[in-house]
Amino acid sequence: MTMPRSAGRRAAPPAWRKPVLMGAPVVLLLLAFLVYPVGQLLALSVYNGEGFTLAPYKQLFSSSLYVTVLWITLKISLATTLVAVAGAYPIAYLISIAKGPAKSRLIFWVLLSFWTSFLVRAFAWVIILGRNGVINGTLMSLGIIDRPIDLLYGFGAVLVGMVHAMLPLAVMTMLAVMENIDRTLPRAASTLGARPGTAFWTVYFPLSLPGVAAAAIMVFVSAIGFFIVPALLGGRRETMITQLIIDQVQQTLNWGLAGSISVLLLTVVLAVFVLYDRVFGFSTLTGETAGATHNRDTAMRRLGGRVLGLLGSASDALLGLFPRRRPHGTGEKPAATLRVLVWAMLGLISLPAFLMVPLSFGNAGLAWPPTGFSLQWYEQLLQSPLWMQALTRSLVVAFGTGLLSMAIGVPAAFLMVRSRMRGKGAMLAFILSPVIVPRMIIAVGLFYVFAQMGLVGTILGLVIGHTVVAVPYVVMTMTAVLRNYDTRLDLAAQSLGARPLAALRHVTFPILGAGMLSSFLFAFATSFDELTISLFSSGGLSATLPKQFWDEVTLQVSPVIAAVSTGLLVFVAVLIYAADRLRRRSLAS
Amino acid sequence: MSSSSLTVQGLAKRYGDFVALAPTDLVVADGEFLTLLGPSGSGKTTLLSLLAGLVPPDEGSVRIGAQDVTYAPPYERDIGVVFQNYALFPHMTIEENIAFPLKMRKVAAAEAKKQARAALEMVHLPHIAGRYPRELSGGQQQRVALARCMVYKPSIILMDEPLGALDKKLREHMQLEIKRLHREMGTTVVYVTHDQEEAMTMSDRICLMNAGRIEQLGTPADLYFRPRTLFVADFLGESNLLPAALGTRVGDEAEIRLGSDGIPGRALANGQDLPAGSAVRVMVRPQNLGVARPAGDGVPGVRGRVSDVMVTGSLTKVYMEPLDRALPPLVAAFPTRNEADAIRIDDVLALSWNSRDAVVIPDAAASAGAAKAA
Repeated sequence: MTMPRSAGRRAAPPAWRKPVLMGAPVVLLLLAFLVYPVGQLLALSVYNGEGFTLAPYKQLFSSSLYVTVLWITLKISLATTLVAVAGAYPIAYLISIAKGPAKSRLIFWVLLSFWTSFLVRAFAWVIILGRNGVINGTLMSLGIIDRPIDLLYGFGAVLVGMVHAMLPLAVMTMLAVMENIDRTLPRAASTLGARPGTAFWTVYFPLSLPGVAAAAIMVFVSAIGFFIVPALLGGRRETMITQLIIDQVQQTLNWGLAGSISVLLLTVVLAVFVLYDRVFGFSTLTGETAGATHNRDTAMRRLGGRVLGLLGSASDALLGLFPRRRPHGTGEKPAATLRVLVWAMLGLISLPAFLMVPLSFGNAGLAWPPTGFSLQWYEQLLQSPLWMQALTRSLVVAFGTGLLSMAIGVPAAFLMVRSRMRGKGAMLAFILSPVIVPRMIIAVGLFYVFAQMGLVGTILGLVIGHTVVAVPYVVMTMTAVLRNYDTRLDLAAQSLGARPLAALRHVTFPILGAGMLSSFLFAFATSFDELTISLFSSGGLSATLPKQFWDEVTLQVSPVIAAVSTGLLVFVAVLIYAADRLRRRSLAS
Repeated sequence: MSSSSLTVQGLAKRYGDFVALAPTDLVVADGEFLTLLGPSGSGKTTLLSLLAGLVPPDEGSVRIGAQDVTYAPPYERDIGVVFQNYALFPHMTIEENIAFPLKMRKVAAAEAKKQARAALEMVHLPHIAGRYPRELSGGQQQRVALARCMVYKPSIILMDEPLGALDKKLREHMQLEIKRLHREMGTTVVYVTHDQEEAMTMSDRICLMNAGRIEQLGTPADLYFRPRTLFVADFLGESNLLPAALGTRVGDEAEIRLGSDGIPGRALANGQDLPAGSAVRVMVRPQNLGVARPAGDGVPGVRGRVSDVMVTGSLTKVYMEPLDRALPPLVAAFPTRNEADAIRIDDVLALSWNSRDAVVIPDAAASAGAAKAA
């Protein structure tokens, strides 16, 4: 009864105020700590403190080194993309058709790999492929070889490590599209006379293509800016372009050259994205529109259709060679061969991290097989002030990043979902841009700007840097959560007398709680595992956990690493399990 | 409708402990329009999926024509399925969608194109061949789904609540449209719905299902006027179900005694072969229940006190509490008239009906008790 009166007395705020208040923080953050630093870095490549110069570019193209490295980078990224996408497809497919607990189990193992630190996973391959590693140790004890073979520091090792690093990302990206494919479509094809192979290749596969494309570009762009795997597993001939940037910044302090290499890298990435947009359209990246690709080129389409038709007939002919085990397999239960294949792959991608567990309890160092039992590495770890300080710092930074990302990202997500303002698509693209810009360029740019502001080595600096790369994930997950939220519930609350803020507190937030928690965890985990920005901005002394890990594995390898890896693995597993339980409890209530 | 196009024997499906379909027999004649009707979870969609080959049965057999297809995959059965959400392939044009089954049957491209165009003509949508499914309205998508199913002339078309997503007006229009296509094609149709009006309008026969088994199979009139069980009487239309004791048979009718007062009357025996004295229900449809001011007090009969009067449009419904407390609340319906002599709440009315409009139904609760005693 009092509502209309008080509302009438106050002057209505201008309509533009709310969207500006909601969108301004994220825009300001990205302008100050993404656009400005990256711009600075790019400017440094043509400005040497006195005036315009192209000297860095002359240096870049005068020696064949940089072009060669770029070529190697592209080659490794492309190979990684092909293998990771091909490997991810059956996994994502099985997850999309699985139900109930089987599905949760599959997702758990993919997520466990996804969230297990890149460092842990890459380092595990050092252990597996090393001269005293798992493979050599096993082969020698079986008497198959007399002396260790060189598996590390080559193209093969880098490819294995890269694919392993990128496969979970590919699965999760593809899955977003595959989950939206109507499951009755392959069934309909079957009732219309299509054999299983034909139904798959002519109906399911074309519909899953946007997911394949999205996964491919995500993997390619991540791979091109990756340095952990080539640094740990590659030899000199597998140097990737980001490693050159690190060298320029950390060793020669040649900012101009670092800037020009960054320009090169950024150009390649942007070219790839433009190409992608031309062919598939960006909307497919969010997994929204399965099958809504524009079919512009009809000749291409017809050719594609014919190829898929042939693939279908071929696989049907192949399937026809086997006797039908169940006389009526129409997708009620995924085929046994597919399940075996997928679980074998999941086992393979999970195994490396788990190898660290027995090593961490052994007393023979990092050689395989582990012998004896001791807790000495854990004791060393707990008594090391370096590790303990790094752990504390990482937790504080990750927590701060989580809070700041939520404070900035949640209003932005509300704005993206609820408002009908113009330029929303452009704004979303801007918010998501930190995912697309290679992390190394952001990191170097931030280092340069932080150095001027005195933020290097500070917790605040790390929180800001990590928030820049974590906020897109918060906006993405919260947008998805909010899309499923019935806004009429707010109106109902308001019609029952709740003012907007009260409605938010009593209705909106309690319902969205689980989604918000998972967004927070996403930001937390992103920061907790972040190495690139920390590599520079943590300064020499105040390392985060990944930075400490990196220093240890690049400078002096000690079995303490195995203990840290085991700890991280357990931490991630508990986190995923807890998040899943929370999500289910909120769904049940 | 001489030869049978579909024969189902002892077909059953369980999911763990849940019986989705108890062993079921069903014969569908060539060219028949048979509707599987029932509440959700009654097994109608399970039966349809078994017929389509989308789900393997636990036992029993399915024959289409003379061919045993019990374990044949869908693509080897001569069937067509119209799915609830239409299941049009979003990455193909309408023409490609309709030509898909022809392509699967190795029909030459030019011929397939011609037939697809002809099928589109049949559903009155010749101009949309080049469009994509997402560019069509729900009703248009529905027609395309029908065309895709009819273009290859399967011997049976299965439809799973095809009109469920459409609004009422469009649904009624499409009901007529489907009937027309059925007439023109002469194909056998097995149609699933939970909408009893839709079933009554469209079907040659209705197969009413409940809890995984067939409750009654017959023409719409059979089910409406001669329900065999209380469930059927209750599910199809409104009904008054009066508890009574069965008396002796007189021709095709039976003597009955209603309620605790044992008011005498007669009803169609409905082919029920029950011993005299059995507890039964007598079903009278609301529009067959006559109401009048009581003439005198001496005449035995059912009396009811009016609890509510509703004008629903063409019908006026009168809800009554019988004076005999053993009888359940009753409802009578008659054409709405502009009368001064309106019935008011708390009026006491005398109820009557023609014995040809009253039907004996065994009382499930009473007979279950008897079975337990035996």
